[in-house]
Amino acid sequence: MKILALETSTELASIALSLDGQIIQTRLSSPPAHSATLLPEIRQLLAGQGLALTALDGIACGIGPGAFTGVRLACSVAQGLALGTDLVVHPVCSLLALAEAMNAREVYCAMDARMGEVYVAAYRREATGWVEVITPCCVAPDAAPLVPEGCWLGAGNAFAAYPALGEHLQSRVRVPDVACVPDAASIARLAGQIPGVDPALVAPLYVRDRVAQTVAERLANGGRA
Amino acid sequence: MMKPQLVLGIETSCDETGIGLVETGRGLLAHRVFSQIDMHAAYGGVVPELASRDHVRRIVPLIRETMLAAGRELSELDAIGYTTGPGLAGALLVGASVAESLALALDVPAIPIHHLEGHLLSPMLSSEPPTFPFVALLVSGGHTQLMRVGGVGDYALLGESVDDAAGEAFDKTAKLLGLPYPGGPILSKLAGQGEAGKFKLPRPMKNSGDLMFSFSGLKTAVLTATQKADFTPERIPDLAAEFQEAVVDVLCAKARAALAQTGLSQLVVAGGVGANSRLRERLRREIGKRGGKVFFPELEYCSDNGAMIAFACAMRIEAGKAAAATGGAFAVRPRWPLAEIS
Repeated sequence: MKILALETSTELASIALSLDGQIIQTRLSSPPAHSATLLPEIRQLLAGQGLALTALDGIACGIGPGAFTGVRLACSVAQGLALGTDLVVHPVCSLLALAEAMNAREVYCAMDARMGEVYVAAYRREATGWVEVITPCCVAPDAAPLVPEGCWLGAGNAFAAYPALGEHLQSRVRVPDVACVPDAASIARLAGQIPGVDPALVAPLYVRDRVAQTVAERLANGGRA
Repeated sequence: MMKPQLVLGIETSCDETGIGLVETGRGLLAHRVFSQIDMHAAYGGVVPELASRDHVRRIVPLIRETMLAAGRELSELDAIGYTTGPGLAGALLVGASVAESLALALDVPAIPIHHLEGHLLSPMLSSEPPTFPFVALLVSGGHTQLMRVGGVGDYALLGESVDDAAGEAFDKTAKLLGLPYPGGPILSKLAGQGEAGKFKLPRPMKNSGDLMFSFSGLKTAVLTATQKADFTPERIPDLAAEFQEAVVDVLCAKARAALAQTGLSQLVVAGGVGANSRLRERLRREIGKRGGKVFFPELEYCSDNGAMIAFACAMRIEAGKAAAATGGAFAVRPRWPLAEIS
Protein backbone atom coordinates (compact mmCIF):
# COMPACT_ATOMS: atom_id res chain seq x y z
CA MET A 1 0.00 0.00 0.00
CA LYS A 2 1.18 3.50 -0.87
CA ILE A 3 -0.46 6.22 1.22
CA LEU A 4 0.14 9.97 1.37
CA ALA A 5 -0.76 11.35 4.81
CA LEU A 6 -1.40 14.96 5.90
CA GLU A 7 -1.66 16.37 9.41
CA THR A 8 -2.15 20.12 9.86
CA SER A 9 -4.34 20.38 12.95
CA THR A 10 -1.65 22.16 14.99
CA GLU A 11 1.13 24.67 14.33
CA LEU A 12 3.50 21.71 13.84
CA ALA A 13 2.24 20.26 10.59
CA SER A 14 3.70 17.30 8.73
CA ILE A 15 3.21 15.09 5.70
CA ALA A 16 4.29 11.48 5.24
CA LEU A 17 4.44 8.72 2.69
CA SER A 18 3.82 5.13 3.67
CA LEU A 19 5.38 2.81 1.10
CA ASP A 20 4.35 -0.72 2.00
CA GLY A 21 4.91 0.03 5.67
CA GLN A 22 8.06 2.11 5.30
CA ILE A 23 7.34 5.67 6.48
CA ILE A 24 9.02 8.83 5.24
CA GLN A 25 7.93 12.01 7.01
CA THR A 26 8.52 15.72 6.31
CA ARG A 27 7.74 18.38 8.88
CA LEU A 28 6.49 21.71 7.55
CA SER A 29 8.26 24.81 8.77
CA SER A 30 5.97 27.41 10.32
CA PRO A 31 5.67 30.32 9.72
CA PRO A 32 4.78 30.73 6.87
CA ALA A 33 1.19 29.49 6.98
CA HIS A 34 0.73 25.79 6.18
CA SER A 35 -1.08 26.75 2.94
CA ALA A 36 2.19 28.17 1.61
CA THR A 37 4.18 24.99 2.20
CA LEU A 38 1.80 22.01 2.18
CA LEU A 39 1.45 21.38 -1.58
CA PRO A 40 5.07 22.27 -2.51
CA GLU A 41 6.29 19.82 0.18
CA ILE A 42 3.92 17.12 -1.11
CA ARG A 43 5.34 17.57 -4.62
CA GLN A 44 8.86 17.33 -3.27
CA LEU A 45 8.16 14.28 -1.11
CA LEU A 46 6.61 12.42 -4.03
CA ALA A 47 9.34 13.50 -6.45
CA GLY A 48 11.99 12.31 -3.99
CA GLN A 49 10.55 8.81 -4.28
CA GLY A 50 9.99 9.08 -8.03
CA LEU A 51 6.25 8.70 -7.42
CA ALA A 52 3.28 10.30 -9.15
CA LEU A 53 0.10 10.97 -7.18
CA THR A 54 -1.64 8.44 -9.42
CA ALA A 55 0.70 5.71 -8.14
CA LEU A 56 -0.81 6.04 -4.66
CA ASP A 57 -3.49 3.78 -3.20
CA GLY A 58 -5.05 6.47 -1.03
CA ILE A 59 -4.75 9.78 0.81
CA ALA A 60 -4.97 9.92 4.62
CA CYS A 61 -5.64 13.06 6.59
CA GLY A 62 -5.88 14.11 10.21
CA ILE A 63 -9.44 15.41 10.58
CA GLY A 64 -8.99 16.96 14.01
CA PRO A 65 -9.99 17.98 16.52
CA GLY A 66 -7.59 20.89 16.39
CA ALA A 67 -7.36 24.37 14.87
CA PHE A 68 -10.49 24.77 12.71
CA THR A 69 -8.60 26.28 9.81
CA GLY A 70 -5.89 23.66 10.08
CA VAL A 71 -8.21 20.67 9.97
CA ARG A 72 -10.09 22.20 7.05
CA LEU A 73 -6.82 22.63 5.18
CA ALA A 74 -5.91 18.93 5.52
CA CYS A 75 -9.45 17.80 4.68
CA SER A 76 -9.86 20.15 1.69
CA VAL A 77 -6.45 19.30 0.26
CA ALA A 78 -7.16 15.58 0.70
CA GLN A 79 -10.50 16.13 -1.07
CA GLY A 80 -8.91 17.93 -4.01
CA LEU A 81 -6.06 15.43 -4.42
CA ALA A 82 -8.43 12.45 -4.20
CA LEU A 83 -11.03 13.99 -6.51
CA GLY A 84 -8.43 14.57 -9.21
CA THR A 85 -6.90 11.10 -8.95
CA ASP A 86 -9.96 8.95 -8.20
CA LEU A 87 -8.46 7.90 -4.88
CA VAL A 88 -10.20 7.33 -1.56
CA VAL A 89 -9.48 9.30 1.60
CA HIS A 90 -8.76 7.68 4.98
CA PRO A 91 -10.00 10.17 7.61
CA VAL A 92 -8.08 9.73 10.86
CA CYS A 93 -8.86 11.36 14.20
CA SER A 94 -5.92 13.56 15.16
CA LEU A 95 -6.17 12.48 18.82
CA LEU A 96 -5.89 8.83 17.75
CA ALA A 97 -2.75 9.80 15.80
CA LEU A 98 -1.37 11.21 19.04
CA ALA A 99 -2.00 7.85 20.76
CA GLU A 100 -0.40 5.97 17.88
CA ALA A 101 2.78 8.03 18.29
CA MET A 102 3.15 6.89 21.93
CA ASN A 103 4.94 3.74 22.85
CA ALA A 104 2.16 2.66 25.18
CA ARG A 105 -0.87 0.40 25.36
CA GLU A 106 -3.19 2.89 27.04
CA VAL A 107 -3.02 6.57 26.09
CA TYR A 108 -4.93 9.57 27.42
CA CYS A 109 -4.72 12.26 24.71
CA ALA A 110 -5.31 15.92 25.49
CA MET A 111 -4.75 18.87 23.19
CA ASP A 112 -5.21 22.57 23.98
CA ALA A 113 -8.56 23.66 22.54
CA ARG A 114 -8.02 27.32 23.62
CA MET A 115 -10.80 29.31 25.33
CA GLY A 116 -10.05 27.46 28.59
CA GLU A 117 -10.93 24.04 27.19
CA VAL A 118 -9.20 20.85 26.09
CA TYR A 119 -9.86 18.22 23.44
CA VAL A 120 -9.51 14.81 25.08
CA ALA A 121 -9.91 11.17 24.12
CA ALA A 122 -8.51 7.89 25.48
CA TYR A 123 -7.51 4.78 23.56
CA ARG A 124 -6.41 1.24 24.42
CA ARG A 125 -4.29 -0.78 22.01
CA GLU A 126 -5.68 -4.31 21.51
CA ALA A 127 -4.41 -7.09 19.25
CA THR A 128 -6.95 -6.03 16.62
CA GLY A 129 -6.12 -2.31 16.80
CA TRP A 130 -7.06 0.71 18.88
CA VAL A 131 -10.22 0.73 20.99
CA GLU A 132 -11.78 4.10 21.89
CA VAL A 133 -12.26 4.23 25.66
CA ILE A 134 -13.24 7.92 25.79
CA THR A 135 -14.81 9.46 22.69
CA PRO A 136 -13.23 12.79 21.61
CA CYS A 137 -14.83 15.65 23.50
CA CYS A 138 -14.19 19.29 24.35
CA VAL A 139 -14.29 20.05 28.07
CA ALA A 140 -12.86 22.26 30.82
CA PRO A 141 -9.57 20.75 32.10
CA ASP A 142 -11.02 19.96 35.52
CA ALA A 143 -14.05 18.27 33.94
CA ALA A 144 -12.12 15.88 31.69
CA PRO A 145 -13.64 12.39 31.75
CA LEU A 146 -11.79 9.88 33.94
CA VAL A 147 -10.45 6.59 32.60
CA PRO A 148 -10.78 3.20 34.34
CA GLU A 149 -7.87 1.85 36.40
CA GLY A 150 -4.96 0.91 34.18
CA CYS A 151 -1.57 2.05 33.02
CA TRP A 152 -2.48 5.27 31.21
CA LEU A 153 0.12 7.49 29.61
CA GLY A 154 -0.80 11.12 29.07
CA ALA A 155 0.03 12.76 25.74
CA GLY A 156 -0.52 16.19 24.27
CA ASN A 157 0.12 19.88 24.82
CA ALA A 158 -2.95 20.41 27.04
CA PHE A 159 -1.04 18.96 30.00
CA ALA A 160 1.46 21.83 29.75
CA ALA A 161 -1.16 24.50 28.95
CA TYR A 162 -3.48 23.50 31.81
CA PRO A 163 -1.77 22.10 34.93
CA ALA A 164 -5.28 21.60 36.34
CA LEU A 165 -5.78 18.77 33.85
CA GLY A 166 -2.87 16.74 35.22
CA GLU A 167 -4.03 17.37 38.79
CA HIS A 168 -7.56 16.31 37.88
CA LEU A 169 -6.36 13.04 36.28
CA GLN A 170 -3.38 12.50 38.59
CA SER A 171 -4.17 9.15 40.11
CA ARG A 172 -5.04 7.53 36.79
CA VAL A 173 -2.64 9.04 34.22
CA ARG A 174 1.12 8.98 34.60
CA VAL A 175 3.76 11.55 33.66
CA PRO A 176 2.61 12.94 30.36
CA ASP A 177 4.61 13.65 27.23
CA VAL A 178 3.62 17.28 26.93
CA ALA A 179 5.56 18.11 23.75
CA CYS A 180 3.80 15.56 21.59
CA VAL A 181 1.51 16.64 18.71
CA PRO A 182 -0.32 14.51 16.14
CA ASP A 183 1.94 13.78 13.16
CA ALA A 184 1.50 12.52 9.63
CA ALA A 185 3.62 9.41 10.19
CA SER A 186 1.04 8.21 12.72
CA ILE A 187 -1.80 9.15 10.38
CA ALA A 188 -0.10 7.08 7.65
CA ARG A 189 0.32 4.06 9.96
CA LEU A 190 -3.34 4.24 11.01
CA ALA A 191 -4.68 4.63 7.47
CA GLY A 192 -4.78 0.88 6.88
CA GLN A 193 -7.11 0.41 9.87
CA ILE A 194 -9.61 3.06 8.72
CA PRO A 195 -11.76 2.43 5.64
CA GLY A 196 -11.21 4.82 2.76
CA VAL A 197 -14.16 7.04 1.79
CA ASP A 198 -15.17 9.09 -1.24
CA PRO A 199 -13.70 12.64 -1.05
CA ALA A 200 -17.23 14.12 -0.85
CA LEU A 201 -17.62 12.38 2.53
CA VAL A 202 -14.47 13.75 4.16
CA ALA A 203 -15.57 15.83 7.13
CA PRO A 204 -13.50 17.60 9.76
CA LEU A 205 -14.05 16.41 13.32
CA TYR A 206 -14.49 19.77 15.04
CA VAL A 207 -15.92 18.40 18.32
CA ARG A 208 -16.55 22.02 19.32
CA ASP A 209 -19.76 22.44 17.38
CA ARG A 210 -21.36 25.41 19.08
CA VAL A 211 -19.61 28.38 17.52
CA ALA A 212 -22.37 31.03 17.57
CA GLN A 213 -25.66 31.83 19.24
CA THR A 214 -28.86 31.95 17.21
CA VAL A 215 -31.03 35.07 17.36
CA ALA A 216 -33.48 33.16 19.56
CA GLU A 217 -30.68 32.22 21.98
CA ARG A 218 -29.33 35.78 22.12
CA LEU A 219 -32.80 37.13 22.88
CA ALA A 220 -33.39 34.45 25.54
CA ASN A 221 -30.12 35.50 27.20
CA GLY A 222 -31.24 39.12 27.31
CA GLY A 223 -29.14 40.14 24.32
CA ARG A 224 -30.10 41.89 21.09
CA ALA A 225 -31.27 40.31 17.83
CA MET B 1 -4.27 30.29 -32.17
CA MET B 2 -4.72 28.87 -28.68
CA LYS B 3 -6.77 25.68 -28.48
CA PRO B 4 -10.04 26.09 -26.54
CA GLN B 5 -9.35 26.14 -22.82
CA LEU B 6 -11.69 24.35 -20.42
CA VAL B 7 -11.70 26.30 -17.15
CA LEU B 8 -13.29 25.40 -13.81
CA GLY B 9 -14.16 28.28 -11.47
CA ILE B 10 -14.53 27.96 -7.69
CA GLU B 11 -16.12 30.65 -5.51
CA THR B 12 -16.29 30.38 -1.69
CA SER B 13 -15.68 33.94 -0.49
CA CYS B 14 -18.78 34.24 1.70
CA ASP B 15 -22.00 32.27 2.06
CA GLU B 16 -22.37 30.76 -1.41
CA THR B 17 -20.48 27.78 -2.77
CA GLY B 18 -20.29 28.39 -6.51
CA ILE B 19 -18.80 26.24 -9.27
CA GLY B 20 -18.70 27.17 -12.95
CA LEU B 21 -17.29 25.64 -16.12
CA VAL B 22 -16.33 27.84 -19.08
CA GLU B 23 -14.72 27.00 -22.39
CA THR B 24 -12.94 29.78 -24.25
CA GLY B 25 -14.66 30.50 -27.52
CA ARG B 26 -17.88 28.90 -26.28
CA GLY B 27 -18.65 30.58 -22.98
CA LEU B 28 -20.38 29.09 -19.97
CA LEU B 29 -21.06 25.35 -20.17
CA ALA B 30 -22.61 24.78 -16.72
CA HIS B 31 -22.65 26.19 -13.22
CA ARG B 32 -24.04 25.34 -9.80
CA VAL B 33 -24.53 27.47 -6.68
CA PHE B 34 -25.42 26.39 -3.18
CA SER B 35 -26.62 29.27 -1.00
CA GLN B 36 -26.25 29.04 2.79
CA ILE B 37 -28.87 31.76 3.42
CA ASP B 38 -31.25 29.40 5.24
CA MET B 39 -28.49 28.21 7.58
CA HIS B 40 -27.39 31.74 8.54
CA ALA B 41 -30.96 33.07 8.87
CA ALA B 42 -31.29 31.61 12.38
CA TYR B 43 -28.22 33.64 13.40
CA GLY B 44 -29.41 36.91 11.85
CA GLY B 45 -26.36 37.13 9.60
CA VAL B 46 -23.45 35.22 8.15
CA VAL B 47 -21.43 33.31 10.78
CA PRO B 48 -17.97 33.00 9.18
CA GLU B 49 -17.03 29.72 10.90
CA LEU B 50 -20.31 28.06 9.87
CA ALA B 51 -19.85 29.35 6.31
CA SER B 52 -16.41 27.72 6.12
CA ARG B 53 -17.77 24.45 7.48
CA ASP B 54 -20.53 24.33 4.91
CA HIS B 55 -18.20 24.96 1.97
CA VAL B 56 -16.31 21.75 2.91
CA ARG B 57 -19.58 19.80 2.73
CA ARG B 58 -20.77 21.24 -0.59
CA ILE B 59 -17.74 21.75 -2.75
CA VAL B 60 -16.96 18.24 -4.04
CA PRO B 61 -20.58 17.32 -4.92
CA LEU B 62 -21.04 20.70 -6.66
CA ILE B 63 -17.88 20.22 -8.76
CA ARG B 64 -19.13 16.80 -9.82
CA GLU B 65 -22.64 18.08 -10.61
CA THR B 66 -21.23 20.90 -12.73
CA MET B 67 -18.97 18.57 -14.73
CA LEU B 68 -21.82 16.10 -15.19
CA ALA B 69 -24.21 18.84 -16.36
CA ALA B 70 -21.69 19.88 -19.01
CA GLY B 71 -20.90 16.27 -19.95
CA ARG B 72 -17.18 16.86 -19.40
CA GLU B 73 -14.52 15.07 -17.34
CA LEU B 74 -12.18 16.63 -14.79
CA SER B 75 -9.29 15.15 -16.79
CA GLU B 76 -10.23 17.49 -19.68
CA LEU B 77 -9.66 20.67 -17.59
CA ASP B 78 -6.94 23.09 -18.72
CA ALA B 79 -7.01 25.38 -15.67
CA ILE B 80 -8.79 26.02 -12.38
CA GLY B 81 -9.61 29.56 -11.28
CA TYR B 82 -10.58 30.27 -7.69
CA THR B 83 -11.55 33.29 -5.62
CA THR B 84 -8.54 34.18 -3.49
CA GLY B 85 -10.08 37.37 -2.04
CA PRO B 86 -11.55 39.60 -0.82
CA GLY B 87 -13.89 37.74 1.52
CA LEU B 88 -14.00 35.66 4.70
CA ALA B 89 -10.56 34.12 5.31
CA GLY B 90 -11.74 30.69 6.41
CA ALA B 91 -14.31 30.43 3.62
CA LEU B 92 -11.79 31.50 0.99
CA LEU B 93 -9.31 28.95 2.26
CA VAL B 94 -11.65 26.03 1.54
CA GLY B 95 -12.03 26.95 -2.12
CA ALA B 96 -8.33 27.74 -2.45
CA SER B 97 -7.30 24.41 -0.88
CA VAL B 98 -9.56 22.32 -3.10
CA ALA B 99 -8.66 24.32 -6.23
CA GLU B 100 -4.91 24.14 -5.67
CA SER B 101 -4.86 20.46 -4.72
CA LEU B 102 -7.19 19.45 -7.55
CA ALA B 103 -4.98 21.40 -9.95
CA LEU B 104 -1.90 19.59 -8.61
CA ALA B 105 -3.63 16.24 -9.06
CA LEU B 106 -4.66 17.09 -12.63
CA ASP B 107 -1.34 18.80 -13.44
CA VAL B 108 -3.02 22.02 -14.60
CA PRO B 109 -2.47 25.59 -13.36
CA ALA B 110 -4.49 26.96 -10.43
CA ILE B 111 -5.15 30.66 -11.01
CA PRO B 112 -6.14 33.03 -8.18
CA ILE B 113 -8.97 35.38 -9.17
CA HIS B 114 -10.16 38.60 -7.51
CA HIS B 115 -13.80 38.25 -6.45
CA LEU B 116 -14.77 41.71 -7.72
CA GLU B 117 -13.10 41.11 -11.07
CA GLY B 118 -15.46 38.15 -11.38
CA HIS B 119 -18.42 40.44 -10.66
CA LEU B 120 -17.43 43.26 -12.95
CA LEU B 121 -16.74 40.98 -15.92
CA SER B 122 -19.94 38.98 -15.33
CA PRO B 123 -22.13 41.12 -17.68
CA MET B 124 -19.84 39.86 -20.46
CA LEU B 125 -21.39 36.42 -19.92
CA SER B 126 -24.64 37.72 -21.43
CA SER B 127 -25.66 37.43 -25.08
CA GLU B 128 -25.15 41.19 -25.61
CA PRO B 129 -21.91 41.92 -23.79
CA PRO B 130 -20.33 45.36 -23.34
CA THR B 131 -16.95 46.10 -24.92
CA PHE B 132 -13.91 47.67 -23.23
CA PRO B 133 -13.57 50.37 -22.04
CA PHE B 134 -16.51 50.91 -19.69
CA VAL B 135 -17.43 52.26 -16.27
CA ALA B 136 -18.37 49.59 -13.72
CA LEU B 137 -20.66 50.22 -10.76
CA LEU B 138 -20.05 47.44 -8.24
CA VAL B 139 -22.85 47.36 -5.70
CA SER B 140 -23.12 44.53 -3.21
CA GLY B 141 -23.33 43.86 0.52
CA GLY B 142 -19.57 44.31 0.76
CA HIS B 143 -18.77 46.97 -1.84
CA THR B 144 -19.95 50.15 -3.50
CA GLN B 145 -17.37 51.23 -6.06
CA LEU B 146 -17.11 52.95 -9.40
CA MET B 147 -14.25 51.72 -11.57
CA ARG B 148 -12.93 52.61 -14.99
CA VAL B 149 -12.33 49.30 -16.77
CA GLY B 150 -9.94 49.59 -19.70
CA GLY B 151 -9.51 45.85 -20.28
CA VAL B 152 -8.81 42.65 -18.36
CA GLY B 153 -6.71 43.66 -15.36
CA ASP B 154 -6.95 47.39 -16.15
CA TYR B 155 -9.07 48.71 -13.30
CA ALA B 156 -8.89 52.28 -11.95
CA LEU B 157 -10.91 53.21 -8.88
CA LEU B 158 -13.03 56.32 -9.50
CA GLY B 159 -14.88 56.39 -6.19
CA GLU B 160 -16.25 54.22 -3.39
CA SER B 161 -18.23 54.26 -0.18
CA VAL B 162 -16.52 55.85 2.80
CA ASP B 163 -18.62 53.73 5.18
CA ASP B 164 -21.40 51.16 4.57
CA ALA B 165 -21.79 49.47 1.20
CA ALA B 166 -25.18 49.99 -0.47
CA GLY B 167 -26.22 46.38 0.13
CA GLU B 168 -25.08 46.62 3.73
CA ALA B 169 -27.28 49.73 4.17
CA PHE B 170 -30.24 47.75 2.82
CA ASP B 171 -29.54 44.85 5.23
CA LYS B 172 -28.97 47.04 8.29
CA THR B 173 -32.03 49.17 7.59
CA ALA B 174 -34.12 46.03 7.14
CA LYS B 175 -32.85 44.77 10.50
CA LEU B 176 -33.79 47.95 12.33
CA LEU B 177 -37.25 47.76 10.74
CA GLY B 178 -37.54 44.28 12.25
CA LEU B 179 -37.50 42.44 8.90
CA PRO B 180 -36.13 38.89 8.86
CA TYR B 181 -32.69 37.95 7.39
CA PRO B 182 -31.65 38.44 4.62
CA GLY B 183 -33.25 41.83 4.95
CA GLY B 184 -32.08 43.65 1.81
CA PRO B 185 -34.19 41.75 -0.75
CA ILE B 186 -37.20 41.76 1.62
CA LEU B 187 -36.86 45.54 2.05
CA SER B 188 -36.80 45.98 -1.75
CA LYS B 189 -39.93 43.89 -2.07
CA LEU B 190 -41.73 45.99 0.57
CA ALA B 191 -40.56 49.14 -1.21
CA GLY B 192 -42.49 47.96 -4.26
CA GLN B 193 -45.69 48.12 -2.18
CA GLY B 194 -45.04 51.60 -0.83
CA GLU B 195 -44.68 55.10 -2.20
CA ALA B 196 -41.51 57.16 -2.11
CA GLY B 197 -41.87 60.78 -0.97
CA LYS B 198 -44.22 60.11 1.95
CA PHE B 199 -41.12 60.28 4.15
CA LYS B 200 -38.19 62.62 3.54
CA LEU B 201 -34.80 60.95 3.73
CA PRO B 202 -31.46 62.57 2.80
CA ARG B 203 -29.47 61.75 -0.37
CA PRO B 204 -26.03 61.51 1.26
CA MET B 205 -23.14 62.99 -0.74
CA LYS B 206 -25.27 63.24 -3.88
CA ASN B 207 -23.87 66.68 -4.60
CA SER B 208 -20.42 66.18 -3.11
CA GLY B 209 -18.77 66.92 -6.44
CA ASP B 210 -16.81 63.68 -6.39
CA LEU B 211 -17.61 59.98 -6.90
CA MET B 212 -17.59 58.97 -3.26
CA PHE B 213 -20.59 57.47 -1.43
CA SER B 214 -21.83 57.33 2.15
CA PHE B 215 -24.79 55.25 3.26
CA SER B 216 -24.44 54.85 7.02
CA GLY B 217 -26.30 58.10 7.77
CA LEU B 218 -29.29 56.91 5.78
CA LYS B 219 -30.07 54.06 8.15
CA THR B 220 -29.83 56.49 11.08
CA ALA B 221 -32.35 58.72 9.30
CA VAL B 222 -34.64 55.70 8.94
CA LEU B 223 -34.27 54.96 12.65
CA THR B 224 -35.19 58.58 13.48
CA ALA B 225 -38.28 58.34 11.25
CA THR B 226 -39.46 55.22 13.06
CA GLN B 227 -39.11 56.96 16.43
CA LYS B 228 -41.52 59.76 15.54
CA ALA B 229 -44.98 59.74 17.13
CA ASP B 230 -46.86 59.43 13.84
CA PHE B 231 -44.95 56.32 12.75
CA THR B 232 -46.93 53.07 12.55
CA PRO B 233 -45.86 49.65 11.21
CA GLU B 234 -48.36 50.10 8.36
CA ARG B 235 -46.10 52.87 7.03
CA ILE B 236 -43.06 50.59 6.67
CA PRO B 237 -43.62 50.05 2.90
CA ASP B 238 -43.62 53.84 2.34
CA LEU B 239 -40.46 54.22 4.41
CA ALA B 240 -38.84 51.31 2.54
CA ALA B 241 -39.76 52.91 -0.79
CA GLU B 242 -38.25 56.24 0.25
CA PHE B 243 -35.11 54.51 1.52
CA GLN B 244 -34.70 52.60 -1.72
CA GLU B 245 -35.31 55.75 -3.74
CA ALA B 246 -32.66 57.61 -1.76
CA VAL B 247 -30.05 54.90 -2.44
CA VAL B 248 -31.02 54.64 -6.10
CA ASP B 249 -30.93 58.46 -6.51
CA VAL B 250 -27.37 58.60 -5.25
CA LEU B 251 -26.19 55.57 -7.26
CA CYS B 252 -27.73 56.99 -10.45
CA ALA B 253 -26.29 60.47 -9.93
CA LYS B 254 -22.78 59.14 -9.29
CA ALA B 255 -22.95 56.68 -12.19
CA ARG B 256 -23.93 59.51 -14.54
CA ALA B 257 -21.12 61.67 -13.18
CA ALA B 258 -18.62 58.83 -13.66
CA LEU B 259 -19.59 58.46 -17.31
CA ALA B 260 -19.32 62.22 -17.81
CA GLN B 261 -15.95 62.35 -16.08
CA THR B 262 -14.44 59.49 -18.10
CA GLY B 263 -16.13 60.39 -21.38
CA LEU B 264 -17.36 56.79 -21.68
CA SER B 265 -20.86 55.71 -22.72
CA GLN B 266 -21.16 52.17 -21.34
CA LEU B 267 -22.05 51.47 -17.72
CA VAL B 268 -21.74 47.94 -16.36
CA VAL B 269 -23.59 47.19 -13.11
CA ALA B 270 -22.49 44.19 -11.06
CA GLY B 271 -23.00 42.74 -7.59
CA GLY B 272 -26.03 41.67 -5.60
CA VAL B 273 -27.70 45.12 -5.50
CA GLY B 274 -27.55 45.04 -9.31
CA ALA B 275 -30.54 42.71 -9.07
CA ASN B 276 -32.67 45.56 -7.61
CA SER B 277 -35.38 46.23 -10.20
CA ARG B 278 -35.85 49.90 -9.27
CA LEU B 279 -32.10 50.53 -9.74
CA ARG B 280 -32.18 48.74 -13.10
CA GLU B 281 -35.18 50.73 -14.29
CA ARG B 282 -33.79 54.13 -13.25
CA LEU B 283 -30.30 53.53 -14.62
CA ARG B 284 -31.64 52.28 -17.96
CA ARG B 285 -33.84 55.34 -18.32
CA GLU B 286 -31.37 57.97 -17.15
CA ILE B 287 -28.26 56.64 -18.89
CA GLY B 288 -30.28 55.85 -22.04
CA LYS B 289 -31.59 59.44 -22.13
CA ARG B 290 -28.00 60.65 -22.36
CA GLY B 291 -27.08 58.30 -25.20
CA GLY B 292 -25.34 55.78 -22.96
CA LYS B 293 -26.03 52.10 -22.48
CA VAL B 294 -26.31 50.07 -19.28
CA PHE B 295 -25.33 46.43 -19.00
CA PHE B 296 -26.50 44.19 -16.19
CA PRO B 297 -25.46 40.61 -15.53
CA GLU B 298 -28.23 38.05 -15.89
CA LEU B 299 -30.04 37.91 -12.53
CA GLU B 300 -28.51 34.54 -11.63
CA TYR B 301 -24.99 36.04 -11.92
CA CYS B 302 -25.71 39.05 -9.68
CA SER B 303 -25.13 37.16 -6.45
CA ASP B 304 -21.90 35.24 -5.85
CA ASN B 305 -21.32 32.35 -8.25
CA GLY B 306 -18.59 30.21 -9.77
CA ALA B 307 -19.50 31.00 -13.38
CA MET B 308 -18.10 34.52 -13.09
CA ILE B 309 -14.86 33.20 -11.55
CA ALA B 310 -14.42 30.62 -14.33
CA PHE B 311 -15.21 33.34 -16.87
CA ALA B 312 -12.77 35.88 -15.40
CA CYS B 313 -10.11 33.16 -15.28
CA ALA B 314 -10.75 32.24 -18.93
CA MET B 315 -10.51 35.91 -19.94
CA ARG B 316 -7.20 36.21 -18.12
CA ILE B 317 -5.85 33.12 -19.88
CA GLU B 318 -6.93 34.51 -23.26
CA ALA B 319 -5.37 37.88 -22.44
CA GLY B 320 -2.11 36.22 -21.38
CA LYS B 321 -2.62 37.64 -17.90
CA ALA B 322 -3.00 34.49 -15.80
CA ALA B 323 -0.93 34.63 -12.60
CA ALA B 324 2.39 32.78 -12.68
CA ALA B 325 2.58 29.27 -11.23
CA THR B 326 3.54 29.05 -7.55
CA GLY B 327 4.28 25.32 -7.31
CA GLY B 328 1.22 24.89 -5.12
CA ALA B 329 2.00 27.58 -2.53
CA PHE B 330 -1.12 29.63 -1.91
CA ALA B 331 -2.54 32.28 0.39
CA VAL B 332 -5.94 33.89 0.61
CA ARG B 333 -6.38 37.68 0.65
CA PRO B 334 -9.40 38.63 2.78
CA ARG B 335 -8.71 42.32 2.08
CA TRP B 336 -7.55 42.98 -1.44
CA PRO B 337 -8.24 46.26 -3.28
CA LEU B 338 -9.23 45.62 -6.90
CA ALA B 339 -7.07 48.48 -8.10
CA GLU B 340 -4.01 46.51 -6.91
CA ILE B 341 -4.37 43.84 -9.57
CA SER B 342 -3.07 44.14 -13.11
